[in-house]
Amino acid sequence: MPTLPPINKPTRPPSRRPPTSSATKPKVDRKAYSSDQDVRWCPGCGDYAILATVQRLMPQLDVKRENVVFISGIGCSSRFPYYMETYGMHSIHGRAPTIATGLKASRPELDVWMVTGDGDALSIGGNHLIHILRRNVNLQILLFNNQIYGLTKGQFSPTSEIGKVTKSSPFGSVSPPFNPISVSLGASSSFSARTLDRDTKHLTQILRRAHEHQGTSFVEIYQNCNIYNDGAFFDFTEKATKSDRTIFLEHGKPMLFANQTKGIRLDGFMPVVFDLEKGNLSVSDALVYDETTLELAEIVSRMSQQPTMPRPFGVFYSEQRPTYEQLLQQQVEEVTKKRGSGDLGKLLHAADTWTIS
Amino acid sequence: MNQDLSDTLTDSNSVRSITEATVLFAGDSGDGMQLTGSQFTLATAFAQNDLATLPDFPAEIRAPAGTTYGVSGFQLHFGSVNVRTPGDEVDLLVAMNPAALKVNLSRVRRGGAIVINVNAFKPHNLKLAGYNGVDPLADENLLKDYQVFKVELTRMTEEALKDFNFDKKVVDRCKNMFALGLTLWLYSRPIEPALDWLSHKFANRPEIQKANIHVLKKGFHYGETTEDFIVQYRVAPAKLEPGIYRAIRGVEALALGLVAASTKSNLKLFYSSYPITPASDLLHHLSRYKNFGVKTFQAEDEIAAIGATIGASFGGSLGVCATSGPGLTLKAEGIGLAIMTELPMVIVNVQRGGPSTGLPTKTEQSDLLQSMYGRNGESPLPVIAASTPGDCFHAAYEACLIAVRHMTPVILLADGYLANGAEPWLIPSTDDLEDFHVPFVTKPNHKVEGKEVFLPYLRNEETLARPWAKPGISGLEHRLGGLEKEHETGSVSYDPDNHEFMTNLRADKVKRVAKFIPPLTIYGDSQGDLIIIGWGSTEGAIKSAVDRLRADGLRTGMVQIKHINPLPPDLGSILSRYERYIVPELNKGQLVRILRDEFLLPILPLNKIQGQPFKASEIVDAAIAHCNQ
Repeated sequence: MPTLPPINKPTRPPSRRPPTSSATKPKVDRKAYSSDQDVRWCPGCGDYAILATVQRLMPQLDVKRENVVFISGIGCSSRFPYYMETYGMHSIHGRAPTIATGLKASRPELDVWMVTGDGDALSIGGNHLIHILRRNVNLQILLFNNQIYGLTKGQFSPTSEIGKVTKSSPFGSVSPPFNPISVSLGASSSFSARTLDRDTKHLTQILRRAHEHQGTSFVEIYQNCNIYNDGAFFDFTEKATKSDRTIFLEHGKPMLFANQTKGIRLDGFMPVVFDLEKGNLSVSDALVYDETTLELAEIVSRMSQQPTMPRPFGVFYSEQRPTYEQLLQQQVEEVTKKRGSGDLGKLLHAADTWTIS
Repeated sequence: MNQDLSDTLTDSNSVRSITEATVLFAGDSGDGMQLTGSQFTLATAFAQNDLATLPDFPAEIRAPAGTTYGVSGFQLHFGSVNVRTPGDEVDLLVAMNPAALKVNLSRVRRGGAIVINVNAFKPHNLKLAGYNGVDPLADENLLKDYQVFKVELTRMTEEALKDFNFDKKVVDRCKNMFALGLTLWLYSRPIEPALDWLSHKFANRPEIQKANIHVLKKGFHYGETTEDFIVQYRVAPAKLEPGIYRAIRGVEALALGLVAASTKSNLKLFYSSYPITPASDLLHHLSRYKNFGVKTFQAEDEIAAIGATIGASFGGSLGVCATSGPGLTLKAEGIGLAIMTELPMVIVNVQRGGPSTGLPTKTEQSDLLQSMYGRNGESPLPVIAASTPGDCFHAAYEACLIAVRHMTPVILLADGYLANGAEPWLIPSTDDLEDFHVPFVTKPNHKVEGKEVFLPYLRNEETLARPWAKPGISGLEHRLGGLEKEHETGSVSYDPDNHEFMTNLRADKVKRVAKFIPPLTIYGDSQGDLIIIGWGSTEGAIKSAVDRLRADGLRTGMVQIKHINPLPPDLGSILSRYERYIVPELNKGQLVRILRDEFLLPILPLNKIQGQPFKASEIVDAAIAHCNQ
């Protein structure tokens, strides 16, 4: 072994806790899911709130910590796994879905979470994102959308609004943005939801549902980058505007917002806002949201691009269908049942053979 | 073997015993030449000859009929002696149309035989083949040095099937069976393997089955009854090492080697790949072995394929992916992550002609330097190369073994010629395969201030490998990633000294593989005038060349290098025993650069970049020229 340079390590081993026996159920709190690594996001970053929420939620889920794996790509959000005291991998730009797919397909019993950002998931990793959604690998995707490239210091991202002035678009961006929820629905997502970093109650509720869902759960989280895109979502998070500018979708409930003074109804295929206090329309005219109808989810997801409409949050779509790893495993079992467990010696001889003596 | 037939042959005066022969079937890419060649190969394996094959086909699935670029060929060299190459010169060419004759005539030895389907020599086809109105059959000068057999293949096939009520297209597709039957007769091959195959293949289409069998037999009987063929050839069984044999293609052997590694190691095989020629066949084979617990994943692209492999290896499976040239380029960043995370996996590269899309169906060895150096940063990994179709099995097994023992991605190099080529293969006993122990870590491996901890980058002193910890074990939770790792703890580190230390450590780890490389075997003279150094699929041609050079009195030796990174530890001392050195490669000179760099010797490159393997004679000529300088 080559000579070791003068490092006074290991001083901060990545796993300080002794192994816990699974027989006695250990008490877990947020600390149990916090690694010993210093969190290095900028002070005031929305990522802190998401990390804290996830660390608080994990002990409440029916899952053993040693079975949890966080996989990420590259970008600010993708540092996430380092801060979780679970198994994890901080991989390469855009490729987290591929690594998560290989892991989950080969180890279906693991609880896999993927953390990504708008550039990571929708630009460099766009191809992998649509394919993991189509396959319906059973894991949770947390897409931190801050509508900017933060780690590379402020270029417009695939979710930045047209006309955005950034370092790489001094005269305004001319690229129209993706709407991540519409992208996910177009890619046959079986669970699509949107939530916000600044509403930890809603964030917790959505993450819990995402975890319960069997299949790929796609969760877009509006996340404030206070350095390069501060206030991008203030319309939806701040008290003065939140009520008028947001609508929270609930399955089986009428679509109301602005403290129940306004509603959404369908005019043909078009969602339109109506006033409950003026005019002849009442709550019964409001569209009752149905998260199991893809067509409705697609119409409502498109409200996000209309500045006159409130921005929808919550579960847009949820569908039960077999997961990729289930089908893969099932096929292995069926073929094994039919042909019997493989015998290597027989396989090597499975051809026309001849003997030379 | 057809006992009756062989008895008749022994009694006949017209049977000539020969030690080896090379046959080339050539026709349109829709004429079924690959199939004809494969069936002739099986019959030859049945006759217990040694053999080597060279399928050579266009990249287009159905290239325009009748054109020279649409010609598909299957060359087969067989004999009672050692056969190591598909043959330098062709003894019998079966030309199904004018284009096949045009493309392949120069490969036929002077005095060799050509069976020509005269029915295809019509003005339209002659024009397409570029014969511009001149019928080569009427050109006495062109064919005067060959024995030409003009056979009405198409007409006789039509005649044979006149009672079947098939349309012309179906009838036309049967004519390759006539050619096969005739050629089987000509070389006294048994007809049974082809009959069995047809019965099986068309079991659900009895009319087609019956028709093909009928035409196959007609071809065979035509050989017996016509007076055109005054000589029939006989090739005695080869004297191969005792044991049970089968014919095997390189790509099949790769698949079996991977399954063997999975079985012996008790690791589940997770195979991930994106379709690419010529590596796709590996996915086709492995996807059939689900009852061995093999999971195959057809990824959305090359990058996803390496990503899924990394994910599966992280989960404790035997992660493997395969690709060809351009696919390896796309995987470069992923392989870098595998090097940084030090996860075991095998990346198979079935090389083809490059750069870019290059020559997808032709062979080349031009990805060696890409495999060695084609990544960002200092990113060494073990590189090993298979040398024959059968050796693909052992190379795949060893690649998996190295990957797991040393906790590293390994690149295994094959090429189009190896993958598609076939040879008789001595089936190994599963007990004889090297033990494959997997040292998964199951508990913390270090103590800090009395507390048990798991350090994911603590080293095995012998191999420098880090521990492999599967998710699911409490107390071993750890994070991997592409950022530089702190020694032992695996924490993210930007420390300058640590980075240099870890860079050196990763390089040393790969060098340690050399401790496990067995001594090289020298073929030919163990010291002398010349040593030829080969790697990959050139082995057969080089060995044949060495035999001829030694017969000419040149003291010649050869070594075939399976381990390219690290190099075998005894290579330097072997080279020092020779006066001159040649490295034949199907590239512009890649191994030669590595060897010159390592040994500072005046090593001569011998390069061929035509999408075709070396002929032994090309190596002989270059060696003689070099030694006469």
